[in-house]
Amino acid sequence: MLNDPAAIEVRDLVKRYAKSNVNAVDGVTFSVRPGEIFGLLGPNGAGKTTTIGVLITSVLPTSGSAAIMGLDVAGDPIGVKQRIAVVPQQSNLDRSLRVREILTFHAAYHGVPHREREQRADALLDELGLGDRKNDRVARYSGGMSQRLMIARALMHAPDVLFLDEPTNNLDPQSRLFLWDRIRALNSQGLTILLTTHDMSEADQLCGRIAVMDKGRILVNDTSAELKKLIPGGNAVELRVSLPAPESGGQILEALRGLAGVAKVDELDAGAPPASDEEMGVVTYRLYAEKAPALVGPATQAVLLAGAQVRDLHVKQPSLEDVFIYLTGRHLR
Amino acid sequence: MTPARSTNRLWLAANAFGATLRRDLVVTRRELPQFLVQALIQPMFFLLIFCKILPSIGLAAGNYAALLLPGIVGLTELMAAIQGITLPLVLDLGFAREIDDRLLAPMPVWLVAAEKVLFAAMRGMVAGAVIFPAAWWVLGSRYAVRGDRIGVLIGMIVLAGFAGSGIGLVIGTVVKPEQISLMFSVILTPLLFTGCTYYPWSALRTIRWFQVVTLFNPLTYAAEGLRYAMVPEMHGHTMATLPMPWVLVALAVTLALCFGFGTRTFRSRVVS
Repeated sequence: MLNDPAAIEVRDLVKRYAKSNVNAVDGVTFSVRPGEIFGLLGPNGAGKTTTIGVLITSVLPTSGSAAIMGLDVAGDPIGVKQRIAVVPQQSNLDRSLRVREILTFHAAYHGVPHREREQRADALLDELGLGDRKNDRVARYSGGMSQRLMIARALMHAPDVLFLDEPTNNLDPQSRLFLWDRIRALNSQGLTILLTTHDMSEADQLCGRIAVMDKGRILVNDTSAELKKLIPGGNAVELRVSLPAPESGGQILEALRGLAGVAKVDELDAGAPPASDEEMGVVTYRLYAEKAPALVGPATQAVLLAGAQVRDLHVKQPSLEDVFIYLTGRHLR
Repeated sequence: MTPARSTNRLWLAANAFGATLRRDLVVTRRELPQFLVQALIQPMFFLLIFCKILPSIGLAAGNYAALLLPGIVGLTELMAAIQGITLPLVLDLGFAREIDDRLLAPMPVWLVAAEKVLFAAMRGMVAGAVIFPAAWWVLGSRYAVRGDRIGVLIGMIVLAGFAGSGIGLVIGTVVKPEQISLMFSVILTPLLFTGCTYYPWSALRTIRWFQVVTLFNPLTYAAEGLRYAMVPEMHGHTMATLPMPWVLVALAVTLALCFGFGTRTFRSRVVS
């Protein structure tokens, strides 16, 4: 269906706030296909919130365009609002209403007929594990329950695109796993999801594609696997070796460098004093290679041939966090 | 998962407006006792002290009740309307953000503000209306309201409610949460005392400068319009009030200016 409009289409988007001399969003272009889970990552102040603000009609673009399901956000905000739902980072639940009413009134605002919204509220409360607390006041809800309630609320009017702003921030591990399952299930029903997060494992687990933003621009936009390839020599084998004698270290280093496919070998903490007596004569080598797993056998053999013992060996995969730091730097924002 | 749905923007917006109003009415119905107590306590004490106690000990004239009651109705109505919109808006726009759900409803942003104005005006009208039975109960034989201008009275109550909620919209979108207590003393206190609540405007002719000052207060027009509709003839004389055309124009202009300015500041607070 090549002619279907993208779920989210952003073209050359620029936003400069009044009284600011830099662009909060500085020429951003991306598109999200219907049914995709798209991750927007970036340090604080990168422009993620402003980008989402434009898409949910709470920020007016300075230039460029953005569209949801083919509807321009500036030209048809009412049409856009009918098709999107937003789960914010902090609770904005209507505390004057009871839990179930929060859902039914939300649906009423969106024109969902009476009988349908009553049924859907009960179904969603059960689905999100809130069925037995539906007549509570929100004030009695925990952070995790509020988060689930906001997701239920977002689904009440059957949106096409769901915006999740750091959905599992501050949640306990059980709630987080539960929400991840729900997000995947919703996506498998065809819902398009755009999520922002600081949690790299979350992005890795959920997102089909990830865009990393910094200083108002998108630096990269690809699948998690492709992003990890961005780190030069990111694949490595790490070996901890206990040496028979101090001088055999140099011999082992030479042998490892001679192995086929090895790009570089580092001796970690070289020259540092040992942490304890047990660490005496123990050295860690890191072998960088395109196909690091293939080095496990030859490297072990080389160490044993030199009369040393292998204490520990593992293949090191670059994490999304490595990619993130590689792209956006280590300094605090 | 997408159901069949209306794409008529006008219908969507009208429906969202109606549902939002219904939400406010449901919440208010639930706290009706608190609302009524809040609306009635102050006017009841005013009437008790100024119309019963003071005349009984010779410090006020017996017919003062007839002049004061319209002022109290106007004051209570305006204050109830202002409070019905200002405090919720200051808190919501400041940090609570509960209004987000309505801002994301399929309606224009100005319509969200318009619903707040309509709802607060209704609160004001109810607060003004319930004073009549309460006053009748407190004042007993001193209760005096003419019955032949009931149409004008209803019109004045409606207009005063909207003028109050328009003022409340402006205050609510301009004031920051940390300025709430300042707002009460700097904005509401002058409004309270220069609004011809406790004295008829015509009686100020000997203090010309103060008479002019009161003309800048919308409450003056509400109170004078209500006096026109409520104060009975005394000794064959109709009480002199501000001319009704002035009253109507002043309140209509107040509402128009406040609504125009208030929706703009509201928009600038929620859309950047």
